[in-house]
Order: sequence, then structure tokens, then C-alpha cells
Amino acid sequence: MHSFGYRLNTVLTFALLLLAVLCGAASFLDAFNSPLSASSSYVQANAQVVKVNRFRRQLNGADEVSLTFNVSLDMKRLFTWNTKQVFVFLAAEYETPKNALNQISLWDHIILDKDQAMFQTKVTTKYPLIDQGSNLRGRKVDLILHWHVMPKTGRMIRDKLRLSDFHLPEAYT
Amino acid sequence: MGWVADGLDSIRSFQIRHVLTQIVSLGMIVTSALIIWKGLTCVTGSQSPVVVVLSESMEPGFKRGDILFLQMNKDPIRAGEIVVFNVDGREIPIVHRVIKVHERHDTGEIQVLTKGDNNFDDDRLLYAHGQLWLEQHHIMGRAVGFLPYLGWVTIIMTEKPIVKFLLIGALGLLIITAKE
Repeated sequence: MHSFGYRLNTVLTFALLLLAVLCGAASFLDAFNSPLSASSSYVQANAQVVKVNRFRRQLNGADEVSLTFNVSLDMKRLFTWNTKQVFVFLAAEYETPKNALNQISLWDHIILDKDQAMFQTKVTTKYPLIDQGSNLRGRKVDLILHWHVMPKTGRMIRDKLRLSDFHLPEAYT
Repeated sequence: MGWVADGLDSIRSFQIRHVLTQIVSLGMIVTSALIIWKGLTCVTGSQSPVVVVLSESMEPGFKRGDILFLQMNKDPIRAGEIVVFNVDGREIPIVHRVIKVHERHDTGEIQVLTKGDNNFDDDRLLYAHGQLWLEQHHIMGRAVGFLPYLGWVTIIMTEKPIVKFLLIGALGLLIITAKE
């Protein structure tokens, strides 16, 4: 009755069931770590545009901007036992007559553990700010820091924080 | 290996009703799996509520063999979301992050550009010829949850079909030779 196949079947089923229960419990307990609504209060950050490197109009009529900015952030409190990495990116948000919302990621960074989660750096835009059209002269642009907490297992948490805003120059450089 | 001989014995002494019961229970198992799958499709709003990560373009966040849970609703796509989309002409869906969003005032229509975290370039090269942006209807779902390693079963079964046949054969054999 207790043949090899029967025993193997029982062991495998039990192991899988246990794994599934553990994963479920891990995800459930993770929810107690950081209440979603307070996620943005766990982050402190600052970003300031230092210089507009290039502001021109491309051949196809689209405005293109390249910036240098200072960014400092402290995301240590976002890290828990279940955090695998935090993906951070700084996005420029602005409105134009044609588009209700434009979100352009300027720079992103992956933070792998708590010790690397606090730093300040001066960076240039990784992805150029390109408009769908020629609407950027004198435009007010918001700098919003977004982060995505990616767990070892379970639900991913996304949140953002508005840092500052700046005005693009009235003329191309 | 006495169970092989036992198995052959039970096949030889089969009764119609017994076999029919086995077939019905097999059918029940298959249909309940289907019900669970379709139920998940309804609840999450996405055509494929669970996908397996196949490439390394989102490392170190998602590795090959991880499982992603998807959800889809009518909320507009925003920068930073990890979306799953199909490109015309490619059968494998791509899981990447949205880096640019442009939303029109008048129609509310949204155009997005995506990029894999681990890729140097954005995804324009992956889109269909002449396509510059993705629109809301291209997107199958947003990744909301994640389980590591479990997708390897699917990857092995797809890339080495012999394993699939072996598993199904073994399952079939176990069901037929079961004493009850």
C-alpha cells in the first residue's frame, strides 16, 4: 500500500502546499510592514535643476531638452525583510495645449539594499525630455520622484512625491 | 518495482464502469482548472492573469522563471507602471516599464513608451514597423504581484516538450493504475 510512488506523491503534494502557504503568509505579513498610505512619508528627497545643457528643436519639430540636476534621497525606511530592490526614477511632468499630461522619465536608478538607499548625486538626464511638438519654451515642469518597491515575493508598491518645479528657458540654447 | 506489475494487473482486469469513472474524474480535474483560470481572468480584468518572465530585460527585479500577477482596469497608464503588452507579429508578450506618457486633452487617448530596466535602449526597436508609441489597447495588464522561481516549470515544459509528454504520460499512468 505504501509504495514508492504513493509516498513520493504525498511528499511532493505536501511540499508544494507548504511552499504556497509560506508564500501567502510572507505576502500577508508584508502588508503589516509599511501601510500603503504612509509610503511617501517614509521617503525624503530633493531635486534641483542645476543647468540646462541643451534646449533645441529637432528636425521633425519636436523640442528636446537635456538637463543636469542634483538629486538627494533617503529611502532607508522603505526597506524591509521582504524588499528585493527599489526602482527609483525622476519624472518631469508638464501640461501642453495639446496634451493634458506628459510624464517623461529623466533618470532612473536601482537600489539593491538599505545601505545604498541614501545618497546624493549630480546627474544628467538619462533619457532626453522630448515633447510631442514644440511646446517647451517657458514651460513650467514639475519634478516628481517615483519609486517602485519590488518584493522578494508578493505585492509591489508604487508611490511618488512631488519634489520641485522649474521653468524652461524662453529661448533655445 | 512491484507497482509496475500491480499496474499491469489492474489494467488487465478492467471494468467499464471503473474506467468511465476515471475518465469523468479526469474531466472534472481539467474543467476545475479551466474554471479557476477563467475566474482569474474575470477578477483581474486581464486576458492572461499570470505570466512567466522569459527574458532578462527586467533584472535584477524580475529574473527568468519568475511569475507575475497581472491586473487591468480602465485607469490611464502612468509612468513607472510595469506593463505587459503584445507587439503585432510577436507571439510572446513583453513585460517592461513605462517611461514616457503623453495624454491628449481632447480624446483622453494615451501614448506610452516602454523600456526594460536592464536594457540600454527603449522599446521603439521592438514595436511594429513604423510604430512609435504604445496605446492603452496594446496593454494586456499591469504587474501587481510577483512570485519567484515558480515559472521554471512552464519554461522547461515549453522549451523541452519531451518533459511535458513524460509528465502527462506519468500522470495518465498513475491515474489508470490507482487502486481507487
